[in-house]
Amino acid sequence: MSSAITFDNVTLGYERHPAIHHLSGTVDAGDLLAVIGPNGAGKSTLLKGLAGLLRPLEGRIAMAGGRRDIAYLPQRSQIDRAFPLSLFDFVAMGGWRRTGWLRRIAGGERARIAAAIDAVGLTGFEGRVIATLSGGQMQRALFARLLLQDAPLMLLDEPFTAIDEATAKDLMAMVLRWHGEGRTVVAVLHDMDLVRAHFPRTLVLAREQVAWGPTAKILASPDPMAAARKMMEAWDEHAAICGRRAA
Amino acid sequence: MTAADFLHAPAEFLFGPFGEFAFMKRALVGSLALCLGAVPVGVFLMLRRMSLIGDTMAHAILPGVAVGYLMSGLSLTAMSIGGLATGLAVALLAGLVTRTTVIREDASFAAFHLIALSIGVVIVSVRGSNIDLLHVLFGTVLALDNGAVAFLASVATVTMAALALLYRPLVIECIDPIFLRTVSRAGGLAHIGFLMLLVLNMVAGFHALGTLLAIGIMILPAVGARFWAHDITGLLLAALMIGALSCWLGLLASFHLDLPSGPAIVLVAGGLYLASMLLGANGGLAWRLLPARHLEA
Repeated sequence: MSSAITFDNVTLGYERHPAIHHLSGTVDAGDLLAVIGPNGAGKSTLLKGLAGLLRPLEGRIAMAGGRRDIAYLPQRSQIDRAFPLSLFDFVAMGGWRRTGWLRRIAGGERARIAAAIDAVGLTGFEGRVIATLSGGQMQRALFARLLLQDAPLMLLDEPFTAIDEATAKDLMAMVLRWHGEGRTVVAVLHDMDLVRAHFPRTLVLAREQVAWGPTAKILASPDPMAAARKMMEAWDEHAAICGRRAA
Repeated sequence: MTAADFLHAPAEFLFGPFGEFAFMKRALVGSLALCLGAVPVGVFLMLRRMSLIGDTMAHAILPGVAVGYLMSGLSLTAMSIGGLATGLAVALLAGLVTRTTVIREDASFAAFHLIALSIGVVIVSVRGSNIDLLHVLFGTVLALDNGAVAFLASVATVTMAALALLYRPLVIECIDPIFLRTVSRAGGLAHIGFLMLLVLNMVAGFHALGTLLAIGIMILPAVGARFWAHDITGLLLAALMIGALSCWLGLLASFHLDLPSGPAIVLVAGGLYLASMLLGANGGLAWRLLPARHLEA
């Protein structure tokens, strides 16, 4: 199986302070990978690095595709919900790869947008301004936009946080459909039952790799997060320069 | 008095001055041209929450305009080039700092416009010239010559073409900058392009309304339109209508009541904003005061 992402001694962080140290490993194409770990473990930082929003402080992330082959759902998006835009136009953003700056959004693309809105169960809401959507509806709209991006690699940062069970179930079904279509999905999650039920592989992070492998094996211990919590350290203003080198 | 006479008087009152006097005609054409560019820029300023940053830009073009005036007097070209130069320098430096450091947009603009403003004041006081600051500060829409009207029309043309080109990335950058950064590099271009349009319209606006009031025709129609429209298309149209109405009524008021024209235009825009806030169909205050039972769904 070909690899979608290869981490080669990757250190990601902010202003020389690493949030994740020396991560090495491979995500195979078509993997459905759960990333778990305590708060501050570097999970979101990892996805930012993958989405190209953060340059590694050290090491290299090799990816199968380019920037346009990634669909990224941030954890706390900086979306300005007050902007007067309809749901239809909001979802239409997902077609950027096809429409770009100027190309007209015509028949074929409109049908794709309508289908994406239908797939997340928001048909009938096309003309609503995004300010009037509920939290769950907004998350559905974001999933519709992801769907329209039609990317081989999906990065989801806590996609089911703060939404009700029915919505989470619908959206999880979409994630499984993407997995079935052979897309690579990397999702940051906190719900261990969900990880156990649906995600074949798991990466445990705690500012560095704690464990990475088949979910069944990793979550077999009674408290899989215990080791992770032990490894958490706070930001040290006067931290020494890291002496560790790639093996 | 016949019916025709009865209709003739108000028509004469509302439209007469523009037919009778060439300077009124030029003022109307010039200010309407200014609206076509400045009002959409103002709508995006408001949507990007940069309304007050427009104010700082007004100060940023002032030193350049002053230097242009010192070097060649009341010359349209010299003052425009000066204003464009300092305005663009401040906009680009501030934009660059915002995108690459931890400083937020408002703080970064405040820092650079203060630097520009103090440089301007230093230059003016060292040269010791008593420049006609009133012209620079409050504009002279009634003194627009054909060259100035042509300049305003050119700026409007460039602005509308550029906004059409930048529209999609600009809208996405307003709503979800992170998304745009993950799919394209267009965000930076749209941001810088928009700042350049802002400076260009600021310089155009200062000829008609002066540096201090130029921002008025950008922001007031935009915030007023917010009370009439639900989506961005409606917002742009409503703002353009409020802007055009302000120019026409403002010039009329200035003609009949002998008021300074620039402030009269902006004052009418302010009045239309207050009226919209009270009566606007989309969230106007008056509707909240009416007793209305809530709906079923």
